[in-house]
Amino acid sequence: MVINGKLIVSSSPHIRSAESVQSVMVDVLIALFPAALMAVLLFGYRALLTMIVAVVSAMLVEAVWRRKRDIFSDGSAAVTGLLLALTLPAAAPWWLVIIGSASAIIIGKQVFGGIGYNIFNPALVGRAILVVSWGGHMAGDIWSSPQPFAFGFDVATVTGATVLAAPEMAVTFSLPELFIGNIAGSLGETSALALLIGGIWLVYKGHIDYRIPGGFIGTVFVMGVFFGGGFYGNIFTTGLFHIFAGGVMIGAIYMATDFVTTPVTPAGRLIFGIGCGLITMLIRLWGTLPEGVTFAILLMNAVTPIIDNFTIPQQFGGVKKSA
Amino acid sequence: MAESSFNGGVHPVYNKEATSTLAIVKMPLPQKVVVPMQQHIGAPCELLADVEEIGKGCEVKAGQKLGDNKGFVSAPVHAPISGTVADIAPYNHPLGMKIKAVTIESDGRDEWAENVKPAGRLEDLSPEDIRKIVREAGIVGLGGATFPAHVKLSPPEDKPIDVVIINGAECEPYLTADHRVMLEKSEEIIFGLKAMMKALNASEGIIGVEDNKPDAMKLMERLVAEEESIRVCSLPTKYPQGAEKMLISVTTGRVVPAGALPMEVGVVNHNVGTAVAITQAIKEGKPLVGRVMTVTGSGVSKPANIQVRLGTLASEVLEYCGGISDSTLKLVVGGPMMGLAQPSADIPVIKGTSGILALTDEDVYLAESSPCIRCAKCVTVCPMNLMPTSISQAAEHGDYKRAEKLYALDCFECGCCSFICPSKIPLVQWIRIGKNEIMKRKNK
Repeated sequence: MVINGKLIVSSSPHIRSAESVQSVMVDVLIALFPAALMAVLLFGYRALLTMIVAVVSAMLVEAVWRRKRDIFSDGSAAVTGLLLALTLPAAAPWWLVIIGSASAIIIGKQVFGGIGYNIFNPALVGRAILVVSWGGHMAGDIWSSPQPFAFGFDVATVTGATVLAAPEMAVTFSLPELFIGNIAGSLGETSALALLIGGIWLVYKGHIDYRIPGGFIGTVFVMGVFFGGGFYGNIFTTGLFHIFAGGVMIGAIYMATDFVTTPVTPAGRLIFGIGCGLITMLIRLWGTLPEGVTFAILLMNAVTPIIDNFTIPQQFGGVKKSA
Repeated sequence: MAESSFNGGVHPVYNKEATSTLAIVKMPLPQKVVVPMQQHIGAPCELLADVEEIGKGCEVKAGQKLGDNKGFVSAPVHAPISGTVADIAPYNHPLGMKIKAVTIESDGRDEWAENVKPAGRLEDLSPEDIRKIVREAGIVGLGGATFPAHVKLSPPEDKPIDVVIINGAECEPYLTADHRVMLEKSEEIIFGLKAMMKALNASEGIIGVEDNKPDAMKLMERLVAEEESIRVCSLPTKYPQGAEKMLISVTTGRVVPAGALPMEVGVVNHNVGTAVAITQAIKEGKPLVGRVMTVTGSGVSKPANIQVRLGTLASEVLEYCGGISDSTLKLVVGGPMMGLAQPSADIPVIKGTSGILALTDEDVYLAESSPCIRCAKCVTVCPMNLMPTSISQAAEHGDYKRAEKLYALDCFECGCCSFICPSKIPLVQWIRIGKNEIMKRKNK
């Protein structure tokens, strides 16, 4: 009965949770479903096409780079592709989407050694490359306007200024409209509601820490209140305007919470969130670009190791060493 | 109502259903026992001269002392059965090495040594008497840590103890032995607690039970209803609730300083099994020669909570439980979170053996590890508030200074980080290596 030589001897613990990198990534994809659905409802078939092209090209580029036949693999490439797609305008041409996905996977992730080793959020690296290279398609003041439930409409024909680019335009939209997302903007950023649903689910699942979106959104609100100029009704509604307009919600909930490129300590995560909010608002209020979320997060990614190092938590029962 | 919880921790699948309702069965006396000279933390025992001289063929009685050490942090070992010494040689030990052990062949009579007799009534015993009885009985922490019990009952004079906590958390998955002991030997637990409180002159006794064992909790509550100084504390079910520092923090609100022992905050912890052993030593004069443990896991045909004599071979225990299936991947002594995987079942049951698990692929999760994705789930679940992934990486890179700066030495290896890790990185293993290296450098 004794089965010498066949038993596995390894370090404890001998049981593991069922969670894997793949299961976590699938959860993130599920969390993005409301935002993706909203994108299709608002921007029609072009949104669907952009998302499919982005996801498939991201997965293919990664599989080819890693010389693996397993296209889905750990699911992280699909997440990167979908996140990138959600930051693109509905009218983005197919080649732009593919270049964005390929840049995200190769320059954003694989050149550093693949998942876990990259410094910057891959989707945002892809987006940043598109913004600086094809600014006309990406960072203009004019974006496709949504046509709710008009699945087949031509996004290029109906355009409008983003609310961030033109304050006089912004005031024509009410807060509820901003919250639901029926405004011009990128595919996934417009509906705060859809993003929030997925975010709450991710916090519930323990995949993201409320400190990052909390610090990010909180800082944007506070700065919007005090420095926003109160153009949108009063100073408080101006604060809310800055939360719901542009990429703050998608950035705070899905980009700034990317595991690999953000701090692991609780205090570090709060600092990271606040830093993102601060830089976003510095760019929005005093910079030349209308929106600052992408570069805010990328800049904070760069200082993540430093933040971690300065926020090592005190161990249980430990006492702060007096300096 | 459950007290507030500690930070971190995990909720593994407990898999206690197979044995939690099974009454403790007494395994028949083994034909042969193997008694290692070290079954505790501290100085190993030396074989007593009278046994050493005769060597093979020496007749021993159950409860007769076989080995001892004059060192304070040590505990003697006794013959668990009566019979003849068949061998004195190093033997496989659950710690993964060979340790000097006495093999005794049973004479089938189970005759007890003459000095095994009741010590008298608790009221007549002085604290010093109790400490002596506990020491002579070779009692150690039966939860698995095997720290000599009398040491915990002898705090230095400047560290008065006011609280004794009986640990009935049994937070390790699969194990149900403590649960059954609480149900079936409840009076002995309370007597043992009183004896310890007397030895320490402590004013409060707390019995901590995880709230997934409501029957044990109700029984204990009923039995201590009349006792003014003893209370039962319901603990939220979460691993590692039974860890000393977590248990103390939840039951008393006191925080044991990093690197210190519970006595620093006036608390002593003992496992329920230890309390029973102390009671038996006082009431019957019996030294620690047996224990209750759980034999379970998907690989065991007839899972059970069984009472065995120490020194019984794990292979015989498993045989008694119907044998193990060919699909068994891991044989673990202890619980699945902190227990030790064994290369064979040819090992004796020792004082700290709280369970024997035969785990198949239904239980264990075997996966290649992948790179850390910095999800920080390990940081979130660490009950000691550490950064397991960073310590593990420092150890992996040989940067032990950094590992120490990240408080590696505060890790008590509960395994929450490895358990939760989606990349399946053996974090505890790396941290253990780091701790080892740090200690090596310190002792230089």
